[in-house]
Formats: sequence, C-alpha cells, structure tokens
Amino acid sequence: MTEIDDLKTHLLTAIEAAAGLEALDAVRVDALGKQGRVTALLKSMGGLSPEERQVQGPAIHGLREAVTGAIASRKAALEAAALEAKLAAERIDMTLPAEVPLAGTIHPVSQVMDELAEIFADLGFAVATGPEMETDWHNFTALNIPETHPARAMHDTFYLDGDHVPEDRERPRLLRTHTSPVQIRTMLANKPPIRIIAPGRTYRSDSDATHTPMFHQVEGLVIDKGITMGHLKWTLETFLKAFFERDDIVLRLRPSYFPFTEPSAEVDVGYTLQKGKRVIGGGGDVENGGWMEVLGSGMVHPKVIAACGLDPDEWQGFAFGCGIDRLAMLKYGMDDLRAFFDGDIRWLKHYGFSALDVPTLSGGVGAA
Amino acid sequence: MKFTLSWLKDHLSTEASLDEILVGLTRIGLEVEGVENPGEKLAAFRIAKVLTAERHPQADKLQVLSVDAGDGPLQVVCGAPNARAGLVGVFGMPGATVPANGMVLKVAAIRGVESNGMMCSTRELELGDDHDGIIELAADAPVGAAFAEWAGLNDPVIDVSITPNRQDCMGVRGIARDLAAAGLGTLKPLTVPGPHLGTDNSTSVRPELVEGRVPDARASTASARTGIEATEGTGPGPDVRTDDPAGCPAFFAQGVNGVSNGASPEWLAKRLRAIGQKPISALVDITNYITVDLGRPLHVYDKAKLSGGLVARKAKAGETVLALNGKTYTLDETMTVIADDAHVHDIGGIMGGEESGVSDTTTDVVIECAYFDPEHIARTGQKLMLTSDARQRFERGVDPAFLDDGLAIATRLVLDLCGGQPTGISRAGEPPLGTRSYAYDPARAETLGGLAVAPERQRAILTSLGFTVSDDWQVTPPTWRRDIDGAADLVEEVIRIEGIDNVPSVPLPRAPGVAAPTATPEQKLERRVRRAAAARGLDEAVTWSFISEAEAAPFGGGAFTLANPISEDLKVMRPSLLPGLLSAAARNVRRGAGTIRLFEIGRRYLADKERPTLSLVLAGDRRARHWQTGKAQAFDAFDAKTEALALLAAAGAPVDNLQVFGEAGDAWHPGQSGTLRLGPKTVLAAFGILHPNVTRAFDLDAGVAAVELYLEAIPAKRSAGFMRPAYTPPALQAVRRDFAFLVPEGLAADALARAVKGADKAAIVSARVFDVFTKDGETSMAVEVVLQPGEKAFVEAELKAIADKVVAAAAKLGASLRG
Repeated sequence: MTEIDDLKTHLLTAIEAAAGLEALDAVRVDALGKQGRVTALLKSMGGLSPEERQVQGPAIHGLREAVTGAIASRKAALEAAALEAKLAAERIDMTLPAEVPLAGTIHPVSQVMDELAEIFADLGFAVATGPEMETDWHNFTALNIPETHPARAMHDTFYLDGDHVPEDRERPRLLRTHTSPVQIRTMLANKPPIRIIAPGRTYRSDSDATHTPMFHQVEGLVIDKGITMGHLKWTLETFLKAFFERDDIVLRLRPSYFPFTEPSAEVDVGYTLQKGKRVIGGGGDVENGGWMEVLGSGMVHPKVIAACGLDPDEWQGFAFGCGIDRLAMLKYGMDDLRAFFDGDIRWLKHYGFSALDVPTLSGGVGAA
Repeated sequence: MKFTLSWLKDHLSTEASLDEILVGLTRIGLEVEGVENPGEKLAAFRIAKVLTAERHPQADKLQVLSVDAGDGPLQVVCGAPNARAGLVGVFGMPGATVPANGMVLKVAAIRGVESNGMMCSTRELELGDDHDGIIELAADAPVGAAFAEWAGLNDPVIDVSITPNRQDCMGVRGIARDLAAAGLGTLKPLTVPGPHLGTDNSTSVRPELVEGRVPDARASTASARTGIEATEGTGPGPDVRTDDPAGCPAFFAQGVNGVSNGASPEWLAKRLRAIGQKPISALVDITNYITVDLGRPLHVYDKAKLSGGLVARKAKAGETVLALNGKTYTLDETMTVIADDAHVHDIGGIMGGEESGVSDTTTDVVIECAYFDPEHIARTGQKLMLTSDARQRFERGVDPAFLDDGLAIATRLVLDLCGGQPTGISRAGEPPLGTRSYAYDPARAETLGGLAVAPERQRAILTSLGFTVSDDWQVTPPTWRRDIDGAADLVEEVIRIEGIDNVPSVPLPRAPGVAAPTATPEQKLERRVRRAAAARGLDEAVTWSFISEAEAAPFGGGAFTLANPISEDLKVMRPSLLPGLLSAAARNVRRGAGTIRLFEIGRRYLADKERPTLSLVLAGDRRARHWQTGKAQAFDAFDAKTEALALLAAAGAPVDNLQVFGEAGDAWHPGQSGTLRLGPKTVLAAFGILHPNVTRAFDLDAGVAAVELYLEAIPAKRSAGFMRPAYTPPALQAVRRDFAFLVPEGLAADALARAVKGADKAAIVSARVFDVFTKDGETSMAVEVVLQPGEKAFVEAELKAIADKVVAAAAKLGASLRG
C-alpha cells in the first residue's frame, strides 16, 4: 500500500511542479507511458490473485485516475497561463484614435423639400415638377400676366439669348421666376381633382444680402369642386403646424395681389422674440411678438383655369407659393441665404442633415 | 406711395388714430411699409427769441446770446454769423438730441462761458442743407412753442406699398376712399387744393367738385357733370389733336396766359418735401402734387417754346427727344409722343421734354390732361427702360372719366399760384370709359371667398367703393377700377373690406384611410441616391445653375446663355454640375479643408432637355495620415468608380451587367477615366480623374476624382409587386479555383473576366481578377473563379473539364496559363 501512496505523492508533486507543457508531458510519460510506472502497476494486476486484486485493484485505478486528472487540470492551467501571457504581450493603447467614420450630409434645402413632400403626401398632394427654363407663355401669359402687365417688371426676369416668339409654348425663353408655371403644366396634363406641390429652383436677377439670383420655391395647387379660401387657410395652417411641429401657429391673412389668383392674400405667421431671435409660433399682435410674411396665396384666377382648358364655372381651387430657403432658415436658424449656395463643407456639416434623418410623419418631419 | 397723415385727412374725415389707420391700411390690402414722424426727433426743440447778442470775451467768432425760449433768459454761446438780437429761431434745450449728428446737448462751458443749449441751423435739424447760419423764423412766431408743431412738421409720413392692380390708390384720394369703405371715416368732397389744407378746422372756400361717378356717354365733359366749375376762359383752347387714337385716345388741354412762375407757396412745397420730392417751381410742383394727390399725371408746356399746335402721334423711327431727366431717348414708330410742328415734346404719358419745359421766365402755358393707353405706355416704358411717376400711373390705367376734373383742378391751381388768364378748353378724342358690368351672386363671397357676408352688407361695401349695384345684383365698377374683371374680383372687394383674416378654416376633404404614396419613380430614385451619397460620406452642395463660359467649355459648352446675366461668372446654363462643384472645392481648399467630398443633384441644361444628374468630386486626401495606415492617401480613379457603382446600385441599376468604356470626354484624364454603360449606347455614368488642365483652371491640384451619374438613363426597376422570386440557398458549397494568365499587352481585365465567366455559364457564377502585375514586359492576371455545384458535388473530371474551358476561353483573347 505505501508503495502506491508514495508513488501517488511523488507523481502529483511532479505534476504540480511541472513548469511547462513539455515537463508535464515528461511526467505523463513517466507515469502513464508504455513504460510508465502507473502503466507497470496496471499491467502487474494480471498476476495478482483475486483477493489481492480486490485489495490492490481500486488503489491502482485510483492512482491512475488521480494522476490523469491532475495532468489534465495542470495542462489547462498551463495553457491558460500561456494564453494570458500571449494576450498581455498583445496590449495596445486603446486611447489611440480610430479612423474617423465617413459622415456625409443632406443639404437643408433637400431636407426641407423631403419634409414638405411628407407633410403634403398625408394631405393627398403629389409632388410635381417642371422645367426651369420656361416659355414666356407658361411663366407669364397663362398666369394672367400679359406682356404689358406691370407685374412683369417686378419679376426681374433672366432671359435666354436668341430669337423668340412671345407666344411660343415649346422653346424656353427665360428662367422661371416662380414655380407657378408648374400649375399650368399640371392643369394642362391632368384632369381635376388636382392636389400638388411643386418644389424647385427659381431665378430672379437680384443679388444682395437677402436675395440670391437662384433660390427655391414650393408651389401648392388644389383644383376641385367647391374649394374656398377657407380650405386654403386650413391647408396652410395644417402645413405650417406640421412643418414647425407647433400647435400654436397663428396666421394672419392680408389682401394682396397676384395676377394669377383672385382673391389673393399674403399670409403672415406669428413669431415670438426669444433672445433677440424670431421664433415661429405664438406671437402676432402681442408683446414680444410680431408677424412675418411667409406665403403668397389665393384662389386660382378663372382666367388661369380657362387658359388651361378647364371650365372655371365647374372647377375652382387655390394656389400658394413659399420660399423653401426661407422656410429652412426659419425652422433651423441659418441667417445667411448666400451660404446655402457656397458649398462650404464646414457649413454643410453644421447645418446639413444625416442620411438617416429621413422625414417621417410618425417620427416628426423635423430633424433636431 | 408716400403721403402724410394731414394730406390723407384732406380727403378723409376721421376720428381714427394714426395706429388705427395704419392697421386698417394693411388689413384692406394697402400694406404699410413704414411710418415716420419727422416731428418726433424735433420734439425737444422750441421757438426762441434772441434777446441780446454780445461778443464772446475769449473768441472773435463766437457770441454770447441771451435767449428766451419761453422760460426766461438763458445764456447761450453761438458761432453763427447771423445771430443777433431780435432774431427768432429754433432752440435746442440741454438734453435734446441734434438729429443731424446724434449729439446730446448739455450745459457746458465754451471757452470759459457757460452755454445752456444751442440755436440750430437747418442742417442740424435735417430740414435742409444750409449751415451758414441759424434758422430765422418769422418775427411773429410764438416764442416758447414747440417748433415742429408750429412748422407743421408733426405730420407722420406713411409709406404704403400699392399692388399693381390698384392704380386708384396711387393717389391719396383713392386711399382715403378705401379707408372710408373700411369704416375708418368718411370721404370728403373733392376740393381744389390750397393753403387751407392741413388745418383741420378750415372750411372749404373752393367750389366742390363731384367725383366721376359712372358716367353717361359724354359725362366726362364739363357740361354733363354736376357741380364742377371748370374755369373756362375766353377765346379758343389750345390747338391740340390726336392722330394716334390707339396710344392716346383723348387729349384735353387748357391754356393759361400771363403766368408768373416762381417758387411754390410753403403749403405745397412742404407737402412735396415731406414725401421726399424736391419742389422745383409752382407750375412743375402743381403737376407733381396732383399726380400724388389724385393719381392724375399732367404736363405743362411753355407755349413760347412750341411752334404750332400739339399733336399726339406715333413717333417716327429714330426720332429723338431730350427728356426732363437730362437723357436723350431714341424713339420708334410704336411709341406715342406729343409733338408740335418741329419737335417731339413729350414721351406721351411717361416723361416730358426738356425743350418745352417751363422755367422762371415762362408766361404762357398749355396744360395737358390726356389719357394714354396702358399697354402702349408699358411697352414704351419697357423699351426705353424709363420709369416715372406718370408711367406708373398710366400703365396701370388712370381714371378715364377724370380728365375734365383733373384739368379743371390744375388750371385753378395755376391761376391761384401763378396768376394769368385762362383760355378755353380743348378736347380732342374721347377717353375709353370701358363701362362694363357683371352679374354677381352674393353667395360667391362664401362659395369662393370662404366668408359669409350678408348681401346687404356686400351691397354697402361695393357702393362705398364707388360700384353701382342694381337691385338684381348687376354690378358696375367705377371708372377708376380698371382692374375689376369679373365676379372673383367682386368677391375680393367684399372680403378684403369685411376682413380676409376673418375667413374661417375649413378642413380640406381627404380620402379615407392611409394616404397613398405620391412620389414618382424619378423622385424616389433621386431620394435614394441622395441619401446613399450622404451615407457614403459625401456632403450635398447646391451650386448655381449658371456658370461662366470658360467653365462650361471643357464640358461641351453651354447650350443656353443668359441675355441679361448679373455677371460674366453666372452667364451660361451649365452643361455639367462639375464646374460648380469644382469651384466649391477650390473655395474649401482655400479655407484649409484637407478632404473634400461634395455632391450635388440637379439639372444639366442641354440643348434638347434639362437632365437630372448627380455629380460628385473627391479632392484632397482620401485618407488623412494615420498611425495605422501611415501617410495620407490621395483619391484615385477607382475611388470614383467605387462611388459610381455604389450609387448606381442604390439607384437599382443592374451593376453586374454594366460595361466600362473609355471616352468620358475632354474634361477627363485620358488614361484614368471611363464610362459605365448598359449596352454600348446607354451611358449611366462617367467617372475617373479629371483632366489636370480642367482642375488647374479652378486652382485645384491635379488628381481630383469625379463622377457624373445620369439619373434619367438609369432604367426604372420593373415593379412586380412586393413578392420576391422564390429562392433557397444551394445545399452544396461553392468551389473556388484560381487561374493565373499571361496576357497580351492592352488586354482589359474586364474582358478577361467576362471571357472566363462565360466559359461555362452553368457552373461559373463569378470570375474576378484579384491580382495583376507586370514583370519583364509580361503582364500576369490572376482570376478567381467561383463554381457552384447543383444537385451533386463536382467530381474531379468535371472540374478538369471546366478548367479546360476556362483556359480555352482565355486563349481566345491571347492569354495563356502561366507555368
């Protein structure tokens, strides 16, 4: 018995003392190899009498199991230590900078156009487009602005070079001064009922601190039966409330004049002065408040409806127009229109929007 | 359109406050652009009398005055040469702010003598340019009284924006009529202007004129009107006629002989000064005054400078006239002029001629009161690029029934201010009264205007605006409302006076259920590529649609050029978006940007069409220097190719089927650019490095990568609903085999890959060149081929057969397997 116990003590000590996997393997061979000492004991069991085997057998098997288990756990410990040492050697300063991820931006004008499309889609308006180089007829004549109309002079029109016939409806002659010709093209191409918005580039030969020769407008047009100025007012209120995501939007309609609408109204929206800045919402005729002109609108002139081949006694509706750049400025706080068209990447990164800021009604169309 | 509050009150009897009037004006569509009371800044200045004036003990040019400003003598030091005992002038007390320079007056010692305020010059009070001395008022001016009040300067000047349809409101009287209709007072009877004006308690000593109602056939002649007193003199009227009834349908005139034309009286000069006009002489001022007061332009000729009678006729081509603004205009045969036997004396309805203008020595005059056709005026004005107060009114259409009244008032004023004897009145032609009436259904106020207004209220509104409303609602607009043309205009009149802001909101009916999608495929495509580009790290810019000719040239030049650009830099409609982006990139480089990735979605303006396009430029460093990757890396043509393919994929283009061709164009690096095509003809994109000559022109270093994506060329995805084709991933694993070929010079990698892929269409799912190198003049390309087994795994013999096919396909291109 003591022989086995001694051997066990010896082997377990040797296993525990093995400093590396090689040393451990040498111990294993010494104990369990073909010539190993434990192997020899196991082999010797064949020559034992049944009585002896009954006594020695469990002891020898116990020795084998103890040694095998000890080798396995020592091996695991040695491997873990080796991995730990390896990983420790792989340490890097994790405060070093990672590569800067690429982050592009959406221009505020595009973002606001997407917002408008979303808001008006909910009201059943489609988005219509038209050419930016327009004919005289679509830009003026069909909109009840004949050649001698004083309103033409107020449009600061860019004309294209070349010989032109004034009533030509095909060849472009000017850069559209407003998005209103899209009204004409829509009415010519579609049967009512019509509900569209038409955002896009517009041009006037005007350039100073608050005007650029190119800017963006959105036009709205509804043609149906029984449409009144009451519908116009509701639509504008609903639009502005959804756009600014405020319930306290107050509108003021003022009579005005546009040759293509009758009656016509300019629409002011109330603002409140906050830290010297005009913030849309509330305001109006109260202390710290005021009115800001944001829209031109009116009931589509019967002559315009007739010019598009529709019967003005049957169809009526409203139209409105609004500056998109200005809407963006009022909502997001830019104060220099010229910066919109400069392409300064610092400005674009500051005022632009993430690709993921897709306007949705459920999430609110604005992007904070 | 500027006028003063007191001027308005010549025509409007009202108890309303200034604020109520201002709010009312805007509310009825006469938008107030500004209001300024010149008296406000003079509130602290009083009328004062110099009691004594003595030499300043320390300064030759100064005097020490004793001044009474109502509260007893004050000591004031004054440097004005005209300061003397007995002078009555304007005095600023300590604490007052001098309008001209913002200086606050205070008690101060001037060269050792205390001074308690200042006697003021006209320039200091911004009342004129005179600074040679202090203001001298009439000796009987009330000492101690507020100067502004006494001088009538306490009269707010109101500036109203008049929309082009409201000619009638280009005269103070029309504005008064609108305010009266809106309930802010009553319209006074028309009187001839005079010194009684501006004083509220004055009673009219002038014969009253009755306004031009809806006239009968010849109602505009004196005889047919009631109450009007034209001052018809003796003898024949001026010799006038019209030979151009289209351009000048009516030419009325009266002469006044023996006038003396001096400065206007103060009441008239003051009014004109208040609205920013410079008084010139009584005769000129009278016409300017009536233009603003009644919206009725007139012209006065010096009869001595005319030879023969005056005729309204078409100009002869090339005829010239020196106009009153000092410029000479060359006329053509579409323009209406007033001429005598020798010369053109007036660009009819726009501006008079210098030659026959009145002067100090004028004695006999002809007063013209004509009607010029609005369209003719507009065309002539546009052609000559000449605008004037007269043109603004005539082209909007003056009241055709007001010729006699206008002439009568003008003649009366000339007689009052300049004396003389009137001649008879001449009337050539007839003004087009354009009488028309409209059937009106008062329900329209609600069914169009959205505001329910009781019919009787509507009748009252229209009547107060001068409309005639019959019992059965046939409505006749007044002669001064040329803009009214149909029921919609009548609705506007009603609701603008009733209050357009009172229109209640009515929800727009909407289709039940969830809103249907409204965006077109083109719009959806644009949105996708825009957000894909931003997601890939590109910043969206918006640049001008017009560029310079030089910028357009390498991109094929512009098909359209502006006739009236604001500058040479913004002149040609862009044939490409790249010049605008390159300009923006160059600006960013100048501002120190290291990496520039800009894109824009907009139109190219080609001869046949405006084409939606996405363009991008990559300039500077693709990657900044980094501890892991080392030095900064520049963009190369393959960065452009990557972006092009990524964006095309986002757009839904079949990118696997695209072929790369050369020929991106002159603007590109000839060896590092290409086009991506779907079939040989449909070009979806150009990409690569831009030509160094192009980038240099924008002050950019060579090596700018760029892409142009032709959005409309991208085939629309055929929609077959939301259902995808059935698909189960293959059960067996794909097999990869690499082949290395020696290829002939000039063989395109794409051609080799395509040939290899086509070698066994059933088994080969992809073939990709993954390595290429040239050594000892030989080029080697390595291709990775992916084979997809179907039901059964490939056996060795099959793999061998496929490999043979691959080698054979490559051999057709001259490539051989590398040993």
